[in-house]
This record gives sequence, C-alpha cells and structure tokens, in this order.
Amino acid sequence: MDLITPDLGLLFWTGLVFIALLFILTKFAWKPILNMVNTREQKITEALELAEKTKAEMQLLAAQNEELVKEARKERDAMIKDAKATADKMVDDAKNKAKEEAEKVLESARTSINAEKAAAIAELKAQMAAFSIEIAEKVVRENLSSDEKQKALADKLAGEINLN
Amino acid sequence: MVFILLLKKVSIPLRQILKAFFQNEITMRLFNKFNTLVLTVFSVLSINALYAGHDEVDGYVEKDFNIGEMIMHHIKDAHEIHLWGDAHNGTSVYLPIILMDGGLKTFSSSHLYHGELKTAVDHKTHEEIHYVAGVGPADGYAIFHEKIYKLENGELQFEDSHPHNAKPMDFSITKNVFVLFLVSFIVCLLAIGTARYYKKNGAIAPKGVAKFIEPLVIFVRDDVAKANIGEHAYKKYVPYLLTIFFFILVGNLLGLVPMLSANLTGNITITLFLAVCTLLATVLSGNKNYWHHIFATPGVPVPLLIIMIPIEVVGILTKPFALMIRLFANITAGHVIILAFIGIIFINKNAAWGALSVPMALFISVLEILVAFLQAYLFAMLSALFIGAAVEEHHH
Repeated sequence: MDLITPDLGLLFWTGLVFIALLFILTKFAWKPILNMVNTREQKITEALELAEKTKAEMQLLAAQNEELVKEARKERDAMIKDAKATADKMVDDAKNKAKEEAEKVLESARTSINAEKAAAIAELKAQMAAFSIEIAEKVVRENLSSDEKQKALADKLAGEINLN
Repeated sequence: MVFILLLKKVSIPLRQILKAFFQNEITMRLFNKFNTLVLTVFSVLSINALYAGHDEVDGYVEKDFNIGEMIMHHIKDAHEIHLWGDAHNGTSVYLPIILMDGGLKTFSSSHLYHGELKTAVDHKTHEEIHYVAGVGPADGYAIFHEKIYKLENGELQFEDSHPHNAKPMDFSITKNVFVLFLVSFIVCLLAIGTARYYKKNGAIAPKGVAKFIEPLVIFVRDDVAKANIGEHAYKKYVPYLLTIFFFILVGNLLGLVPMLSANLTGNITITLFLAVCTLLATVLSGNKNYWHHIFATPGVPVPLLIIMIPIEVVGILTKPFALMIRLFANITAGHVIILAFIGIIFINKNAAWGALSVPMALFISVLEILVAFLQAYLFAMLSALFIGAAVEEHHH
C-alpha cells in the first residue's frame, strides 16, 4: 500500500522543482533552441528556393546561349554559301573568258592555217600546171617525133571519132 | 569474488552474441559501458547479500533474506542513499531530514538510522518488533520502513505490524528528492548547453551536446506536438511537452544507474504530479467545442445525456489517471524484474545461479533502456493527444 500512496513531502518538492524547471527551461533553453531551429529551417528553405531559382535561370541562360549559337551557325552557313557562290562564279567567269580567248586564238590560227593552205594549194596548183604542161610538151614532142607516129596518132584519133 | 569472476566470464560470450546481433559500433560501445555498470551493481549487491544471514551485529538483529522485502526496499523512497555494505554497518550517504512539527526541525538521517535499538510488542499479534528510535537532534522520532513517526511516551505503538503513532509533516530531502534535483540539473545542463551552443554559433548545424538534444527537440515538436495538437495551436505546448519528455527520460535513465538505485519515475507521487499537470493543461486549454462535446454530445438524445455527462466527466479524469499508472507501473515493474532475477542467486544461496539470472537481468536492463525512451515518448505523446482533443477546432 505504501508503494501507491503519494507522499506529501515528495509532492511538495516535485511541484516546486518541476514548475521551476518548466519556467527555467522554457525561458533559457526551449525558446532559444526552437527559435534557432526555426531560423535555420527558414534559412535552409530559402537556400533551397534560391538554388531552384538559380537553376531555372541557368536553364534559361543555357537555352538562350543555344539559340545564339544556332543563329551564329546559321549565319556562318549562309556566309560560307555566299562565299562559295562568289568563288564558283569567279571561277566560271575566268573559265569562260579563257575559253573565249582560246577560241579566238584557235579561230585566228585556223584562219591563218586556211589562208596558208589556200596559198600552198594555189602554188601547188600552179606548179602542177607548169609540170603538166612541161610533161605534156615532152610527151607530145616524143609522140610526134616521126611521121609514122604522127600518122598512127592521127589514125587512132580518127578511129576514135565515131561518125554516127 | 568468485561470483564477480563468474559474472565477467558470462559477459564475454554474451558480448559475442550481441556483437553478432547488432554489428554496430555504437551499440557495442553502449553495451560495454552498460556491462561495466551492471557488473558493478551486481558485485555490490552480492557483497551486500553475502553478509546477510542470521547474524547479530552490534545488537541489530538481521533476518533471513526476504526477496519481497529486498525488492520493496529498493524501489521505495529512503532517507539515505545506500552505497554498499550491510544495512547497519554499510556505507550510506545520509540525507537531511526536514520536519514541520511545531516549527522547522532539520537534522541528518544518520541520527535516525543509527539511534537507540528498541523492541516493541504488537498490540494485536503480540509479536516482538525491533525498531530504531532517533537520538540527539532526532530525539522523539523513530523511522520504521522509511517512514518517520513521533514517539508516544518514547515508544512506537504497533498494531498488525504497523505503527499507529502520529507522523510529522516530512519535507525531507529523501533519495527521490535528491534524484529529482539531479534529474533537473542534468536536464538543465543538456538543454541550456544546447541553447548556449546556438547562441554562440548562430543557426548552424549542431555539434556536441546540441547534436544529441536537437533531434529529440525536433522529434517532440514535429511528431509529438504538431502531429497530435495540430498546426494551429501546437506552439504554446511545445515547451511543456519538451520539459515533460526530458524530465521523464532522464529520470528513467537515472533509475538504471547502479548505486544510486533511484526509482524516481517509478514513484507514484512523481507520476501523479505529472499527470495532474497534463490534466490541468487539458482542462485549462479546453475550448467551447471540447466542453460542448462533453456536456452536450452532438447527436445524442437528451435523456441519454443523463448517462453520458457523468461518463464524459469521468473520462476527463481517467485519461491522466492512466498516464500516472502507466509510467509508474512500467518503471517499477522493470526494477522489480531485475531485482527478482538477481534475487534468485540469494534465494538459492549459490553463486552458480548467476549464470542463469545475470544474463536475464542484463537482458531486462538493456530492455529498460528502450523502455526509458518509450515511456518518455508515450507520456509526452499522450499528453499532446489529450491537449489536442481539447483544442480541436469545430469541423464537420
């Protein structure tokens, strides 16, 4: 029975000590600790929010950068294309001009060759004619060197003439 | 000595088993420390009891070993802290006696424990009962089963083995009051140490004592207060719940410290006071909704209210009453079991029984560490739950 009978003296001391403890701890321990813990939690939340915000900003920046790079690349491509076209055109022009020049040279060469050829042919013709006359003269002279031969020729020619 | 050696031998394989079980550095370290403590208390107890026999030392008559008496002596309050040795020749710390008996009277309890040996005859059973009457400043008082009585004609009057003398108002610093101071001191040291750490270092990550206290503080705030009382009102009650949690926790743990043999939170007076605090907190913070539910429970026909109102009113009291009994019974039961296991050795008067009783007592002791935390949590949690019901907002 002693075990479950509250003791007045102990109750008095318990009340005194516990209430004092409650007030002392509340004032000097729990309030400062809880305040600090709250402050820290707030700080952590803020830091996390900031990190999240920074992350989003970074993402935006990265996207912008990519856009810029893309644009630059496009511009570069256009520039290269332009340059290529210009170069191609220049080469083509040069080629055409050279071709024309070559053609011209060829043409003039051909003209002069033709002229030379014509001259050569004319000269050849003239010489041929002279030779032919010379040969003919010699042949004729040979053929008509005797009377018999003159007569035979006259016969042959007369035989060829057909009197129809 | 043989017994102590035996204890050490038993503890080594037990350590192996525990090591395999936990695989945990911290648990092992805790166990090692605890092991030393347990060895100390067992060795002290053993010396204590080895001398207990049918001896007569300096005129004091020693009775045979009575396990019931031994256990009751250990779990009840006392006016001394008995360290070691036989009850009357051992070493004790004698605590001051403060009596209100026609003025304040203070003296050391040694004058009561080491007074004049007297023999009285029980008025009913006619048995001879030995008791010690105080001498010197304690003249006129006697202590019997740790209670102080006023002597009538210089004698105690016994009836059915109980003295029927008047008792003075006893405000002594008993063992439990001393432990009460010690608990408060330790809790202050831990909590104010934590607060000082933050004051010095600002709101940074905790270290040292703060690292141990802060998780418990946050646990009580979030999982005990906020979860049971609700977001809207919990802040006001956090300091009370924290105080109650740490007070009970440290009280429970000090109860496991050998030599001190304290049983603070296993004392009905302490649990009664704590339960009354929770009752007051509940009743004083009860809102209109709470009282409405008690005196005019919605949906209950008026004739039934005649039955319902008394039930509800009793319900207000039974909740803290259960709190009081739960803490008292759990802590006292733990002490009783440990002492009973140790008692096996002395009942059989054979140290070899230590091989059975010591591992079992050790197991219960380790379990008591868990219970210490569990009961502190339960008391705080249920207090929060009752307060939560009292401040609940009306919503349907």
